[in-house]
Amino acid sequence: MAAAVRLVLLVLLLLGPGVWGQAEPPRDSLREELVITPLPSGDVAATFQFRTRWDSELQREGVSHYRLFPKALGQLISKYSLRELHLSLTQGFWRTRYWGTPFLQAPSGAELWAWFQDSVTDVDESWKELSNVLSGIFCASLNFIDSTNTVTPTASFKPLGLANGTDHSFLRYAVLPREVVCTENLTPWKKLLPCSSKAGLSVLLKADRLFHTSYHSQAVHIRPVCRNARCTSVSWELRQTLSVVFDAFITGQGKKDWSLFRMFSRTLTEPCPLASESRVYVDITSSGQDNETLEVYPPPLTTYQDVILGTRKTYAVYDLLDAAVVSTSRSLNVQLKWKRPPENGYIHYQPAQDRMQPHLLEMLIQLPANSITKVSIQFERALLKWTEYTPDPNHGFYVSPSVLSALVPSVVAAKPGDWEESPLFNSLFPVSDGSSYFVRLYTEPLLVSLPTPDFSMPYNVVCLTCTVVAVCYGSFYNLLTRTFQIEEPRKGGLVKRLANLIRRARGVPPL
Amino acid sequence: MAAAGPAATDLEVVRGKRAALFFATVVIVLGLPLWWKTTETYRAPLPYSEISGLNSLKLRLMVPVTVVFTQESVPLDDQEKLPFTVVHEREIPLKYKLKIKCRFQKAYRRALDHEEAALSLGNIQEAETMLAEPSEQAEGSLTVYVISERSSLLPQDMMSYIGPKRMAVVRGIMHREAFNIIGRRIIQVAQAMSLTEDVLAAALADHLPEDKWSSDKRRPLKSSLGYEITFSLLNPDPKSHDVHWDIEGAVRRHVQPFLSALSVAGNFSVDSQILYYAVLGVNPRFDSASSSYYLAAHSLPHVINPVESRLGSSAASLYPVLNFLLYVPELAHSPLYIQDKDGAPVATNAFHSPRWGGIMVYNVDPKAYNGSQLPVSVEVDMVRVMEVFLAQLRLLFGIAQPQLPPKCLFFGPKSEGIMTWELDRLLWARSVENLATATTTLTSLAQLLGKISNIVIKDDVASEVYRAVAAVQKAAEELSSGHLASAFAASQEAVTSSERAFFDPSLLHLLYFPDDQKFAIYIPLFLPMAVPILLSLFKIFLETRKSWKKPEKID
Repeated sequence: MAAAVRLVLLVLLLLGPGVWGQAEPPRDSLREELVITPLPSGDVAATFQFRTRWDSELQREGVSHYRLFPKALGQLISKYSLRELHLSLTQGFWRTRYWGTPFLQAPSGAELWAWFQDSVTDVDESWKELSNVLSGIFCASLNFIDSTNTVTPTASFKPLGLANGTDHSFLRYAVLPREVVCTENLTPWKKLLPCSSKAGLSVLLKADRLFHTSYHSQAVHIRPVCRNARCTSVSWELRQTLSVVFDAFITGQGKKDWSLFRMFSRTLTEPCPLASESRVYVDITSSGQDNETLEVYPPPLTTYQDVILGTRKTYAVYDLLDAAVVSTSRSLNVQLKWKRPPENGYIHYQPAQDRMQPHLLEMLIQLPANSITKVSIQFERALLKWTEYTPDPNHGFYVSPSVLSALVPSVVAAKPGDWEESPLFNSLFPVSDGSSYFVRLYTEPLLVSLPTPDFSMPYNVVCLTCTVVAVCYGSFYNLLTRTFQIEEPRKGGLVKRLANLIRRARGVPPL
Repeated sequence: MAAAGPAATDLEVVRGKRAALFFATVVIVLGLPLWWKTTETYRAPLPYSEISGLNSLKLRLMVPVTVVFTQESVPLDDQEKLPFTVVHEREIPLKYKLKIKCRFQKAYRRALDHEEAALSLGNIQEAETMLAEPSEQAEGSLTVYVISERSSLLPQDMMSYIGPKRMAVVRGIMHREAFNIIGRRIIQVAQAMSLTEDVLAAALADHLPEDKWSSDKRRPLKSSLGYEITFSLLNPDPKSHDVHWDIEGAVRRHVQPFLSALSVAGNFSVDSQILYYAVLGVNPRFDSASSSYYLAAHSLPHVINPVESRLGSSAASLYPVLNFLLYVPELAHSPLYIQDKDGAPVATNAFHSPRWGGIMVYNVDPKAYNGSQLPVSVEVDMVRVMEVFLAQLRLLFGIAQPQLPPKCLFFGPKSEGIMTWELDRLLWARSVENLATATTTLTSLAQLLGKISNIVIKDDVASEVYRAVAAVQKAAEELSSGHLASAFAASQEAVTSSERAFFDPSLLHLLYFPDDQKFAIYIPLFLPMAVPILLSLFKIFLETRKSWKKPEKID
């Protein structure tokens, strides 16, 4: 119960007049960005990225003051001494064959990987606590992450941010393919945004539309980055990304037209006043190439051309100062080609231990151009312990998706630009030079149906065993305690008397 | 042949009887205990009698008071009697099973030379610093100096003085009954500085039956090992207001001194955040007379809930969180004032919610809008804000305004915002509260375990229970001998251990394995085995009785 109480103020002898007059530049900044890409299949992909950069040392002890950076995640970093944290929650599967290469793909379900600082002594314990806390923050079942589905990759999943020394014992990786992503996961994710969902691009994040899509993937990436060009000190970067693929072709009754309002049932009205940059990019590459014409409305004031994922692309750029209501767009085609000669491979295999750790197979292969590579793994079906079955065992058991991390040679060489200045969707993965770009793809999770026992079996076995024991015991007991002797038949039983009665009635002599 | 037949049959019958008896013996002597032992739930022994003894615990809180007499404070012949000790004991009437007695143990002695010198100074503050120098006093103890009736140390109309440390000054009297009169004055002062009924009633508020003033008593936070304090600046309208607050400096200057003084009572962590587009849950009403907006007292309870979802739970620790919100109203709703029950605006423009925190509304100076375009840059006056938040913090920790005896000189706390004896009073209250909580937890655990026989009691749970019981007893002992610091530590240990035992997950392992299912599994085995044995035993019993009745006939 809140009650208005007239506070009797104590006369506190507060020291000093307070030095609150200085106007120091804000040490944190927010950039937000939406990329809308018409996909070859006629669908439309929308990728949101919100990037909060904080020039602060989060690892220090004591008082902590947050402005744009969310307090919950900041506390997490300092408490568990995290170096990097990557969490993605995905519903659906990115169909590379139809949709082209994604900016950022994630496996179906939940994926969590984290790098801990060298100072962490018990990484497994921190990992467990971290997954539990994250499951509370994001309302996801990350608490089911334990040693049975956690691996420590040795070649893949290098730190994405600033790192000196990569001792893989501080890395943990886990996937929960079963996790279902829904509104309850989106709401806490939105709360982490400085403008919540009240202004700026986040206005478009309306749950009932975002989950009415073919693909929904939301992610949180935290990593340390360089504060300045000379990298003398470290800043923390939080990227919240959200990718959705709208089935515009079907919902648009055969037309490939789309508008922000039709996709999100909202329009952008005002920029987030806290953001230093707030932009919408629309892929209009195909307008210049083919005969296909497309028209974007309102006409963009500026365009942006760059080599994205190996191809040259043109984007219409809308700075959010003009309220942009975009109307028409057409498709474009993205192709991948591998043209580099094969190199020596690397194979790392870590066999599973039952109920302790899963299998881990990592291969570094150079793929020849226009070839098909198959990796097949033989496995046996085994019976689990009866308490290990899930409540719906006939649904089957998930095998986590495989990961393909590739450095693909670029078709067009990109000019090495300033990393800090380039748009966010192009700067998540560190790339050494412009001749190649980095792609990480995930396969679908595999659903294996295991032999399911009859779950009333234990009770049946108990009853059957007891009955067998009781029957054996009964005859044994009878044999030992009874005395057996031959007895002369006496007067005869009920049947005999009845027979005699009938015989007498018939006039036949009795038995 | 005819003779051998019945003899052989008799032999067979006897053998059958023996076999049946043997079966019965094996089952009873070997089978039953084996079954019992293998299916038994493990229950470590617990100190049930001691736990029930805790319920009728009698707490005796001792406050050691040193009373120092200067020359000319009492008549000469009275001075000859010094030093000696007087005990003043009083039961505190509370409707609670814990019986609490307050015991002021007054050790009278004469002043030492340096004390004499200090008290002959003309200024009470100087005297105090001189007296405080030699040594720190133990927690919970008090020193009362009795000065001469005509001393100029205090203003002439003042009878006593209460200092910020554990020290007070009382005027003496030249009278035949000097010790009695002075003794009463000392008790008055000592009670104001240590234990009063109010303090204890507030500490036990959760355990006492409801009454008319209990909601006021339930304002302070419950005792805990630590507390998290979060300052949040709510800016619902960042388009119009660009609000800056120097929270880092304000915490360092105003909050940290207070918390470091309080650090005996628990661990504190402070953090802050700024939340944009966070609005209150109530639409303020417009008052055309003053052309301002107001929040009525009855709508304040609805203000907090929508904001709370944005505040974010604390991920890093399990301690209770105290929230202090500074709300800068949006341009469309400013200026915004909070009204009390009578409709008058609250002077501080702030209110607090018991056990949750406080909210202060900070209106932007209307002059700032003139001439400049939006957003208006706003610098928050942190001194004004922190005064309110610190006062709320004191209330939420249960540090009430002291009730002074009449004609008492009192300056209020120093820069850290809390007086040493207020801290002692907090420790007394927290110790008693911890003891009551631990006792309740232990009693309900013992009751629960007694009622449900399926619960497994592991050895580590049992050892936690033993530790908790021992800690409660130790705390009670330390309280009665006046060692406040160690009593508080022991009471905290009692609460921690008792809760760890109560919430141990191993208690739940077999809880959902009910008896009917257990017997459904055993019956297919037990019934076919038991029926033949019982029947043959019954038959043997009948035959033996028959043979006892006619013994001669067998011969």
